[in-house]
Amino acid sequence: MTDASLMPAAGATALAPRKPNRTWTKLKKNRSAMVGGVVVVLFVLIAILAPVLPIPSPSATDWGKIRLAPSAEHWMGTDEIGRDILSRMIWGARASLMAGVISVMIAVMIGVPLGVLAGYFGGWTDQIIARATDALLAMPFLILAIALAAFLGPSLTNAMIAIGLSAVPIFIRLTRGQVLSVKTEDYVEGARAIGLGHLRIMSHYILPNVFPPILVQATLTIATAIIAEASLSFLGLGQQPPLPSWGSMLATARNFLSQAPWMALWPGAAIFMVVMGFNLLGDGLRDALDPKET
Amino acid sequence: MLRYITNRVLVAIPTLLLVSIFVFMLQKLLPGDPILVLAGEDRDPETIAMLRELYRMNDPLIMQYLYWLGDVMRGDLGISLRTGLPVTELIVQKLPVTLQLAVMSLTFALLIGVPAGVMSAVKKGTFWDYLANFIALSGLSVPNFWLGIMLILLISVNLGWLPASGYESPWVDPVRSFQTMLMPSIVLGTALAATLMRHTRSSMLGVLQADYVRTARAKGLREKTVIRYHAFRNALLPIITLSAVMFGELLAGAVLTEQIFTIPGFGKMIVDAVFNRDYAVVQGVVLVTATGFIVINLLADILYVLLNPRMRANL
Repeated sequence: MTDASLMPAAGATALAPRKPNRTWTKLKKNRSAMVGGVVVVLFVLIAILAPVLPIPSPSATDWGKIRLAPSAEHWMGTDEIGRDILSRMIWGARASLMAGVISVMIAVMIGVPLGVLAGYFGGWTDQIIARATDALLAMPFLILAIALAAFLGPSLTNAMIAIGLSAVPIFIRLTRGQVLSVKTEDYVEGARAIGLGHLRIMSHYILPNVFPPILVQATLTIATAIIAEASLSFLGLGQQPPLPSWGSMLATARNFLSQAPWMALWPGAAIFMVVMGFNLLGDGLRDALDPKET
Repeated sequence: MLRYITNRVLVAIPTLLLVSIFVFMLQKLLPGDPILVLAGEDRDPETIAMLRELYRMNDPLIMQYLYWLGDVMRGDLGISLRTGLPVTELIVQKLPVTLQLAVMSLTFALLIGVPAGVMSAVKKGTFWDYLANFIALSGLSVPNFWLGIMLILLISVNLGWLPASGYESPWVDPVRSFQTMLMPSIVLGTALAATLMRHTRSSMLGVLQADYVRTARAKGLREKTVIRYHAFRNALLPIITLSAVMFGELLAGAVLTEQIFTIPGFGKMIVDAVFNRDYAVVQGVVLVTATGFIVINLLADILYVLLNPRMRANL
């Protein structure tokens, strides 16, 4: 056997087109997931580009233009102190998306490691973490978030912390369940047999294999977190005035329902659309990552 | 069966104890010294010392928790700082209002969600299936406080059909009570209807592929009979337990709905307590909600076994 005889095969391997990612292919075929993805990307772009878009300042008041209906000058109308609603909507998107993403990051960063520890080690570690998770899950999400936000004090940062902490048990339970099914797989047994340490097995062999369902759950939890942030802001426990947030805009709009219904229409529609986007994307991801789905 | 119930109750006890620890610790997270708040502006050292003694603040944390737990076990959830009334009394006053809202919401959700789920499964892949799925996803995505505001705008402000806010006890004026609670029930029940629809659809799809349904069809039974008596009855089982679990969540979900429609219930009480820094009430509401949630979950588990002959046989 010579090196030359190996060449064509090696060359063929090198030149063979890369197999397309099956998950991505399945996701692309799912029209509703794609619609959801486009909506999410659109809102993310709007939120990122807010500072450079040619819109008035979200805090700029104009007492001569209070509660103006939508027009060519103010596409979404103005609010009770003459601020441009479109501008506040765009800046509000930043608060909502940031709250959704950051609170889920908090939940994932705390919940996933605890779930891995509980599932991997079992025994007392598992018992303690699982019982604490049960107790936290018994406290309804919004009530827990309200209580935490109340104790921490009203602000967007504290609302994000409160929502994130309230969502932690969801990720602990999900990760623990996934780890329990993965840890008996041959490749984990193999890693253990060659003497790898617990930390390396957890980070290199277990975590990558439990990641897909966590990704799906994170996408769906962002939707829940956005509604939770809007709810807390609506109650006055989230973003504080005059900074814009969709929830606080709705709280103000409630007082002007008969005079300026557009004030209530836009923020709610935006929450609905972005949450729907994340839900469609999450559902699509779940289907795409499910090997049973064809 | 008795052993199963005992086991489930025994598992619930440590969870309840942990909930009580979390709720107790919530108060300890509070920035500042609550005794200084109670002492008022004078902050007389003697008063502060007396209050510390009275509220056992000089004791170790574990002892404070045990005293607090003892009080809770006797039904004493503390005194509301704002009203001066016992928290237990406030909860007993407000809970029936929220229970009425939750029962009406659950009824609405069952009336809409279950038939929609059955139709969606039976007509899988058709326009009706896609429509029902789209409506369900919309129901899950719509923030209920916005839905409430939009319904008030349309039905109360523009059409004048139903009152926009307020509450009337069903024992005083049942018609007025129904009218005031109808919109809030729809608002609170929408997300639940969507969840029930999705679960009913999935449960029905599973059952429709079962051997006994195929046998029923092979016997020549009419499709309606197969769906109603063979498929639906079996698909209903998880729906009943899900409804029980969701009922606990309705109690929590009532927070925003009660705020929008100015209903003097449990949810509005916690929001008012938060703004008045009435932490004993916040603690009490969280504790009662979580306990209710655990108990309802426990009952749902037991109900599932009672209703499912296969589960009973395996015990």
